[in-house]
Amino acid sequence: MSDREQHTPPLPAPSLWPIGFAIGLACVLVGLVVSTAALVIGLVVTLVFGGLWVRDLAGKRPPAVAAAPKPAMATEADLNATTDRATFLSLATVGVGGLIGAGVTLPALGFGVLPSFVGDRVETKEVDLGPISNFPEGQYVIATYLEDPDLGEVTRRTAFVRNNGRTEAGEPSFTTIFSRCVHLGCPVQPNGPIDEEARQEVNGVELRPVLAASFGCPCHGGLYDSEGNRTAGPPVRSLDRYEFSIRNGNLILGRLFSVGDVDGTGAKARISKYYRAYPGVHVDGIEKWLYPIPTPGSTS
Amino acid sequence: MAKSTRRQQLEAVALYPVDWLEERSGLVGYTKWFLFRKVPHDISWAQTLGAATLTAFIVQAVTGVVLAFYYKPDPASAYASVQNITEEVTLGWLVRGMHKWGASVFIILMFFHMARTFLFGAYKYPRELNWIIGVLLLALGMLEGFTGYLLPWDNTAYWATVVGINLNATAPFAGPFLAQFLQGGLDIGPDTLAKFYALHMLLIPGAIMALIGLHLYLVVRLGVTSPPWSSSAAGRPRPETDGSRQGLIREPGTPASDGGQE
Repeated sequence: MSDREQHTPPLPAPSLWPIGFAIGLACVLVGLVVSTAALVIGLVVTLVFGGLWVRDLAGKRPPAVAAAPKPAMATEADLNATTDRATFLSLATVGVGGLIGAGVTLPALGFGVLPSFVGDRVETKEVDLGPISNFPEGQYVIATYLEDPDLGEVTRRTAFVRNNGRTEAGEPSFTTIFSRCVHLGCPVQPNGPIDEEARQEVNGVELRPVLAASFGCPCHGGLYDSEGNRTAGPPVRSLDRYEFSIRNGNLILGRLFSVGDVDGTGAKARISKYYRAYPGVHVDGIEKWLYPIPTPGSTS
Repeated sequence: MAKSTRRQQLEAVALYPVDWLEERSGLVGYTKWFLFRKVPHDISWAQTLGAATLTAFIVQAVTGVVLAFYYKPDPASAYASVQNITEEVTLGWLVRGMHKWGASVFIILMFFHMARTFLFGAYKYPRELNWIIGVLLLALGMLEGFTGYLLPWDNTAYWATVVGINLNATAPFAGPFLAQFLQGGLDIGPDTLAKFYALHMLLIPGAIMALIGLHLYLVVRLGVTSPPWSSSAAGRPRPETDGSRQGLIREPGTPASDGGQE
């Protein structure tokens, strides 16, 4: 085949398949944001039109190739129809080498990545904050504890716990706020004097009553009211909270969840509860749809 | 003449190891190809910013290795080991200072080098690939800064890393998984520090060294750019390319203003 022939390939006839392919891709991108159904439809459209397009392109090639071989070459081509030794050995080397490479790489890669996503590092540990009598009604208590004492200081967490008395239904009510700012995760501080004299330690949990009317974050100036609603600064939602339970008169902190906002105060508060999201992520409102960020382990 | 003969003998003796090496490896030729090359006559200090950045990186690599002798990447002892390096180990304060301030120097020099390349138009054909490699190097340099910042394990380091990881987590789709990988769980835990240390001293520097090698190879291959005001570079037509290397080779008689392409 001469160079000239290579440089003037037959122009492909105009095809509508790329347009369908592009529409499918657009559908995928929109679907990623809006809904799984649109995503699936988009994927199907993309694959179908992509396949048709590829078949179209592939179907156009044979005439150009068919014109090239000379009749005299045909017999020799028949003889070479089987794979020759050099090609076979090259392919075998690449194949076996690839298998060995994969056999070494995949376990190492799994070891490097998977422990972050499975096992006890991602399990919620319940924390026993001790008898509820240590929590005076209507006042915040700073509870500092080790989430996993075996792992040490690196798992030290802080919760702001307020005993709200009883709800209208007569059940005990606690406001249990996690100290991490929902802007970017710095430790929020209660704005008010800490009663250091009333400090006590109950089975490894440090309890310090504080007169907190609001919470402030030292990193970027986020401010929250006494229910954890954002009042100023960059945070995008209300402070995260713990699920809690009371067992044998002890207050137990459970799973963390994210809060859209809190309506009302204390025992009468209505909390819009969501799966725990990373700081800086909207959990409700139009922003959730404009900028959706999935949370590992969540289904919403 | 005896003197000249003696001189020749001395030269032969002195050059013998070089010749020995060259005959067996060709390394001397490669070194000459790397170091002794034509550059435009009107280059200035501006073209030394890349070499300055490389020097800054070498300083980081060497001081980093020495610091690794004494640093302990464990949540219980990291802070104390950094204190030990600063207060106790002989000249430890100096090496740690070089590493800490050198990190900023490295980043700043990368930006200056990038600005020079941009303003001189040195990213244009045929050097686009080297610009792309440079951008990757910038990103890796930033990652070095991010992973290194956690290692002193004081409050600034800890909370800055919390913020940095949560910033990553707000990236669409991949963000939360990236954050969880970096943290080694749902929150910063005992594995995070060692992971950042390994990334900081093994993975990222390895990638940086490989890319620097590629970067330098392309600099030598493509030559140094003349400044945009250079008269010798002006008005040279873009070589015809037809897929072969033919068009890249300078026609005889045209000026070697672009560093030569041989």
